[in-house]
Amino acid sequence: MRFLFKTDYEDDIKLFPHSGYLVSYGVLLALLLIAPYLLSSYLMSQLVFVCIYATVGVALLILTGFTGQASLGHAAFLAIGAYTAAYLQKYNVPFPVYFLAAGGLTGIIGAMVGFPALRLTGIYLVIATISFALIVEEILARWESVTNGNEGMRVKTLSLLGVTVPRDSPTFYYLCLAVLVLTIIGTLNLLRSPTGRAFVAIRDSETAARSMGVNVALYKVKSFAISAAITGFAGVLFAHKLSFISPEMFTLQLSIEFIIVILIGGAFSLHGAVLGAIFIVMIDPFLTYLKDDMPGMIAGIAATFGAGPATAGSIKSNVAAFASLNGLKGAIYGIIIVLFVLFEPLGLYGRWLKIKLFFQLFPLYKRATFKRQKIYVKSERNR
Amino acid sequence: MSYFRAENLSLHFGGLKAVDAVSFAVEKGEILSIIGPNGAGKSSIFNLISRIYRPTSGRIFFEDQDITEEPPYDIARLGIARTFQNIELFENATVLSNLLVGRHRHSTTQLWQELLFLPSVRANEKVHRRRVEQVIEFLDLEPYRDKLISGLPYGVRKVIELARALCSEPKLILLDEPSSGLNVEETDDMSFWIRDMKSELGITVLMVEHDMSLVNRVSDRVIALNYGRVLAMGSPAEVQQHPDVVAAYLGA
Repeated sequence: MRFLFKTDYEDDIKLFPHSGYLVSYGVLLALLLIAPYLLSSYLMSQLVFVCIYATVGVALLILTGFTGQASLGHAAFLAIGAYTAAYLQKYNVPFPVYFLAAGGLTGIIGAMVGFPALRLTGIYLVIATISFALIVEEILARWESVTNGNEGMRVKTLSLLGVTVPRDSPTFYYLCLAVLVLTIIGTLNLLRSPTGRAFVAIRDSETAARSMGVNVALYKVKSFAISAAITGFAGVLFAHKLSFISPEMFTLQLSIEFIIVILIGGAFSLHGAVLGAIFIVMIDPFLTYLKDDMPGMIAGIAATFGAGPATAGSIKSNVAAFASLNGLKGAIYGIIIVLFVLFEPLGLYGRWLKIKLFFQLFPLYKRATFKRQKIYVKSERNR
Repeated sequence: MSYFRAENLSLHFGGLKAVDAVSFAVEKGEILSIIGPNGAGKSSIFNLISRIYRPTSGRIFFEDQDITEEPPYDIARLGIARTFQNIELFENATVLSNLLVGRHRHSTTQLWQELLFLPSVRANEKVHRRRVEQVIEFLDLEPYRDKLISGLPYGVRKVIELARALCSEPKLILLDEPSSGLNVEETDDMSFWIRDMKSELGITVLMVEHDMSLVNRVSDRVIALNYGRVLAMGSPAEVQQHPDVVAAYLGA
């Protein structure tokens, strides 16, 4: 185990507490930079989605994880970013301009959602954000002069400073990676300055935050605006990656996927948002794989246990029918959320921390280390 | 003119008069305790001062400024900090970041500067950090700096709450039952700290307390309340011998 001896206040402020962090993040960054030369084009495309989902995950983490305001409306923010980009593109606005405009507009709309949300907490806030998402979805479908309605909009290939950047080129991947890394750095900066601490204060006790001089309403609106703006930036990249956008891409299911990103990753850490993004992006090909191969596999197993060809055939068709049921994906997502909340509330990143601590303390690791203590001292009266 | 003044302060919940036309003044640099049986309206007065409740009638003045209509977050900015009876710490954060939230009223940086963590933000952070360290030293909290609140025992949390209030460098501090839940030794420490706050840091203290030994040791003056009304005001000994106070505690 490593013990840190702090000799300067700087030690509490800097991003990398010791040189080990520099090495491991350096290696990670180097691997990510050479990834286009190592991975197949399919995996590269998945990696771009991981970057985009992780960016949205970090955005949602700022709002939900740090400020404690749940949101099921982030698909709508993503949509606003994507449509702003597609619309401005029609007027030959250059990429840097519409990129910033999309983030800015989404941030303003986020702040506007934040105002009514000031009076809502918990489940009611969730309902309000779902309603917002549904309203946006409906507007996108109906406002045909701008959004082209249900026919959707084609997004032209990205052109950056006169160079065309196709959506499956390494340059596009680097762009997404840069947006993700900058988002993470910005968020870390925020967390070590007064605004980030005010967010956490609001999450844990609004009463105490207020009595320490935090303008709770202002900071909630700020949190909504920042979160929405980052999601708007991600939306632009999302639109370019898909090259075609339509209202049915930005449904409630997408918002739920974003919630899964932070829930499964681990609700209070940026590592978690990235892990969750990897999980959610990679579960899709995994499900497709299961759908294609599982019926044959199960029929094969049944055959080895002595089932006749007719039985094996009917097992195969039954399993295939089950695997292609409508809404199965939603059900699987639901089960995953429930299982994680019940058995791994700290998420994938929490699991990683536990494994790390197990080896650091070996053989003295105690399972109870991560058990949540229940102490009932907090007053609910002033809420 | 007194330093802090409440004039005819009332708080009614329907027909219940939690605080009923209470007037008192706090002089600069004194320790004033409010005592009274349960439900006498002591904590309600604190919640009125820190604007968690809006007074039904009456005015509050601090440094000759009417603060009755100030929004809650500006009360701290004016230099009034408080602790809570049942501890309101930020559970899932470290002691250090809890204390740094106490510095919030001194933060001057803008959001965009913080996103980039400009040198000005860094310099400010170091100032905050140094001030926090002074409070940590004052209250002997060195062993807990990087611990999460959720893992700390009750007595330590109580001290951390006091520390967080001190980090805002208040002029007036409101302590809501600083000794509740503390053992004898911890209560002793608390009484020393309260006196040091007055003598070393020059902070005026307004305190709600049940523990009469603590009240006797630290208070310059005492106010006794019952049913939202002031029964007696004066030195600790005077108030304890006041017939109305004896009646309120022991029954007539």
